[in-house]
Amino acid sequence: MAAPAPILRMSGIGKQFPGVKALDGVDFRLLPGEVHALMGENGAGKSTLIKVLTGVYDIDAGEIELEGRRVVFHSPLAAQQAGISTVYQEVNLCTNLSVAENIFIGREPRRFGRIQWQKMRRRAAEILARLELDLDVSAPLSSYSLAIQQMVAIARAVDIDAKVLILDEPTSSLDAGEVAQLFRVMRRLKEEGIAILFVSHFLDQVYEISDRMTILRNGKLVGEYLTSELSQVELVGKMIGRELADLEKLEGRPPAREAAPLVEAVELGRSGAIEPFTLTIHEGEVVGLAGLLGSGRTEVARLLFGADHAGTGTLQIGGEQVSLRTPRAAVSRKLAFCSENRRAEGLVPDLTVRENLILALQAARGWTRPIPRRKQDELVDKYIAALNIRPANPDQLIRNLSGGNQQKVLLARWLILEPRLLILDEPTRGIDVGAKAEIQRLVAELSDGGMAVLFISAELEEVLRLSHKVGVLRDRKLVAQIDNDERLTTDSLTETIASGARS
Amino acid sequence: MRGFLKHRLFWPLVILVALLALNLFFTDNFFKVQMKEGHLYGSLIDIVRFGAPLILVSLGMTLVIATSGIDLSVGSVVAIAGALACLRISDLSDQKSVSGVLGAVGLALVLSVVLGAWNGFLVAGIGIQPIIATLILMVAGRGLAQLITDGQITTVNSSPYKLIGGGYWLTLPFGIIIVAVVLALTAFLTRRLALGLLIESVGGNAEASRLAGISARGVLITVYAFCGLCAGIAGLMISSNVSSADGNNAGLWIELDAILAVVIGGTSLAGGRFSLSGTVLGALIIQTLTTTIYSIGVPPETTLLFKALVVTVVCLIQSPAFRAKVFQRRMRPVEARPATEEKVRVSA
Repeated sequence: MAAPAPILRMSGIGKQFPGVKALDGVDFRLLPGEVHALMGENGAGKSTLIKVLTGVYDIDAGEIELEGRRVVFHSPLAAQQAGISTVYQEVNLCTNLSVAENIFIGREPRRFGRIQWQKMRRRAAEILARLELDLDVSAPLSSYSLAIQQMVAIARAVDIDAKVLILDEPTSSLDAGEVAQLFRVMRRLKEEGIAILFVSHFLDQVYEISDRMTILRNGKLVGEYLTSELSQVELVGKMIGRELADLEKLEGRPPAREAAPLVEAVELGRSGAIEPFTLTIHEGEVVGLAGLLGSGRTEVARLLFGADHAGTGTLQIGGEQVSLRTPRAAVSRKLAFCSENRRAEGLVPDLTVRENLILALQAARGWTRPIPRRKQDELVDKYIAALNIRPANPDQLIRNLSGGNQQKVLLARWLILEPRLLILDEPTRGIDVGAKAEIQRLVAELSDGGMAVLFISAELEEVLRLSHKVGVLRDRKLVAQIDNDERLTTDSLTETIASGARS
Repeated sequence: MRGFLKHRLFWPLVILVALLALNLFFTDNFFKVQMKEGHLYGSLIDIVRFGAPLILVSLGMTLVIATSGIDLSVGSVVAIAGALACLRISDLSDQKSVSGVLGAVGLALVLSVVLGAWNGFLVAGIGIQPIIATLILMVAGRGLAQLITDGQITTVNSSPYKLIGGGYWLTLPFGIIIVAVVLALTAFLTRRLALGLLIESVGGNAEASRLAGISARGVLITVYAFCGLCAGIAGLMISSNVSSADGNNAGLWIELDAILAVVIGGTSLAGGRFSLSGTVLGALIIQTLTTTIYSIGVPPETTLLFKALVVTVVCLIQSPAFRAKVFQRRMRPVEARPATEEKVRVSA
């Protein structure tokens, strides 16, 4: 079969942000009537490429051709008018309006300035029927599930005469049945000749729906492949990029096997977030969690810390059955959780370094028992020195610190409490190499001192270097738990992430 | 000197001093404080004395606003506290009985705390937005106050009760002493104990605070209850001063003055950092303004307009963005020109 002419061709795309080359000479093409997956790790440039394509950003280099004509979009509206529609992860609809209103918002059929409600409802029903959806179009959108809302968004997008439909992580909050429904709709659109650009972190879904894929890494094009010709292992390898440099394990890591179990989760789960998992963490043990973004790493951490309520299963801490209803309960049992989302879930930006540092300790003591000023100074000075926090001024507002130093302050906030289990969710993301090494060294020291650590990171090298045991997550399921010995390498770990089973 | 200029209370202080100085031209001996019959007298004393209820309400409001909430019901709590106290006292066989008055005052304050805690429960327990949660009591509370007084103005004749708002102690008006005590207590709770840190943390980032193990619910209920208590004390003061309780008008619109005082004092409505001394300054500015309006003889029908204009100016002077703009224009008129030319070219 002869390949049809591409409907969209992007060549040599470059995009520079202050200090970062987000895209560097990326070529990309879309054929009509195909589902094309755009793959890459976090920060590989997927969203930047989409934003360049949809006119959110201007491009610094390269050109875009749509149906053979060179185009330049200066706004998302211009891209939409040219036939490129986007449905984002967070549905951009008004749930308080009806289904029909959502489909036609801003372009309602009118006569003499009056909206023709009859016609609008009839047309909306027609559009949805095309996607094999039978909905009450006058019902408010909020009365339907998220999956249906997503499909209404798609219906709206394709009705604006779309030639290219971009779906940015459409399945991240859908369950299996809803995903199947979405895929049915996608296949139908494909048959109509619409080119679909699909972004997802779920490999199985990518393999189920996509015809071809383009892989990006660090803002550069890795290549374009037919899905049927690329195995999952090869895909993950290309996404992560093999750095087969010898992994020097941190010296003198004693196996933490003999120690008593500290945290035992049995069939702990929460529907829609993470399937029931069983995990034991021993004292002094570092357990790494590996998996792609959205595979359920953070969800495991939040359940163990009581930040979310578990729907099923039991949790034992130090041999005692507990039910953690709030983080406060977890803290009182000497658990600590450093969130990956520093800004939203960690920092109190208007407070000083000192105040952010002592916050958890003060919360544990209650407001009637303030920490004496001298004790505060002692603690703050100790941790500023120990973690090398800069600037070493405790009365500086924390929002004025760099990301790495903010992260160290948050770490110190928990270290002050001397927890038995420290949960670190992506503690080294977005911080410079020096700070990263310091945090890694710290984790090793803490575990040698008897503290258990649950270490979550997207960087496999880091997980391998620090952990005694690695849990692998995939599609919101804990699929494997592997002891970290000489046989475990980034390659075999990559394979487990891709295939879901130990080879 | 530079540090003094940069201090966040510098501008409120300038405004207060300017307002006081203005009075000098209209009132003879404005700054004179004299001793008469063992009491201190003078315009300055009067400003603090009449401003006492507003300062109290504003202190409670400061903490509520620091949690990124707001309490609209303080005016109603003022009315309810006054009404309940007056009702109990008027039922006493001997209205001058100190123990009877203390009982009435205690009951009114307990009710105020309960009403405040109710607000806190609606906000923290049920999750209603603060402005709506407290609006409920703002409206219902007026009705409650009138229910207590049967829709009448209840008058009492009780010298112990009169002391609270109209009496003197240690040469000072008793109200000023109450304010000083409450202010000291608030400062102690928030700055000596750790309540202030927890409040600022919850107001600055509620989710982060929850994950750090702070019981945000407990903090919020405490703060709203405290705000209710402050409003209750203010209500006693207002009703004691006139020896009567007026469910309709006591404390009317005081919530708006209190919010204004908090904002003038430099506490952000978005929550987070708060300043008790700033709030006291803010309340004094508002009271001084009211006094000034009388002393310079603004016609009664234009007082509200006059007040609004002054408040607008005060808020503008307070705003760093506004000051930066004005100063820039004055200091660099030449450099500013090319920028405007460029703008014209772009639009053309």
